[in-house]
Amino acid sequence: MKVNVYVTLKPGVLDPQGKAIHHALEGLGFGGVADVRAGRFIELDVADGTSDADLDAMCAKLLANTVIENYRIERP
Amino acid sequence: MKTAVIVFPGSNCDRDMAVALEQVTGRAPAMVWHRDTDLPDGTDFIALPGGFSYGDYLRSGAMAARSPILRSVADAAAGGVPVLGVCNGFQVLTEAQLLPGALMRNAGLNFVCRTVPLKVENSQSLFTASYNAGEEINIPVAHHDGNYFADAATLDRIEGEGRVAFRYADSVNGSARDIAGVLNDAGNVLGMMPHPERAIDRAHGGTDGLRLFEAALGVLA
Repeated sequence: MKVNVYVTLKPGVLDPQGKAIHHALEGLGFGGVADVRAGRFIELDVADGTSDADLDAMCAKLLANTVIENYRIERP
Repeated sequence: MKTAVIVFPGSNCDRDMAVALEQVTGRAPAMVWHRDTDLPDGTDFIALPGGFSYGDYLRSGAMAARSPILRSVADAAAGGVPVLGVCNGFQVLTEAQLLPGALMRNAGLNFVCRTVPLKVENSQSLFTASYNAGEEINIPVAHHDGNYFADAATLDRIEGEGRVAFRYADSVNGSARDIAGVLNDAGNVLGMMPHPERAIDRAHGGTDGLRLFEAALGVLA
């Protein structure tokens, strides 16, 4: 079973990488981009029946650093 | 004094750290591999060196913080053994939740590699007792992810408890409140981005880092 995990910086946490991407987009002539936030996408191939609690623990213990990041789990 | 340096795949300041420890204690440290589960018996000082453990995969220090040896390091820290994390070692300590906060990409996005002035904020800790409070010292930094972050309540708390050991005299990497080094609540774990082991010999351009090791290893000059 494929599970998608999206890890994003919490609102209010400065994202210098997102800012640099934003500047680069402007440099390419793309106007009208208000803001860019960069995150991480992780695809897990887990055993069918893996519980929500286990997936949540994987995110909280390793995949995201909850001091600075939020995560969202997307099951098929 | 039995010291130990934890070596991860991708550590690259482990030998510099070993030189510093041996210079001060007169005895070479045990070099402990990350897959080991136990520290040598009687270890009474642990150093986590700089570098790029596990290639900085996922987040700087994230994989190292979950390596087998870190459980023993956490147990030793809980038992009062001094633990010093420098640069990547600081990142590992925050990822292992032995220290508060997190270290993010430098605000300017550049790798910063130069000697910077630091202000000693707490001169009472076991690592900083050889400095005077408010003293300015010069220590090299070399990092890409040194931008210290914690929420405002955490920052207020650690400042109020005297747990900010060092601050950058000038902004270096965008760190919250210019924090360069943080102590745990018991005061026996210090994480810092600057490299004291690179300032222990006149040939390094300065010896301000040597005093940290002299204080921490109980051989105050």
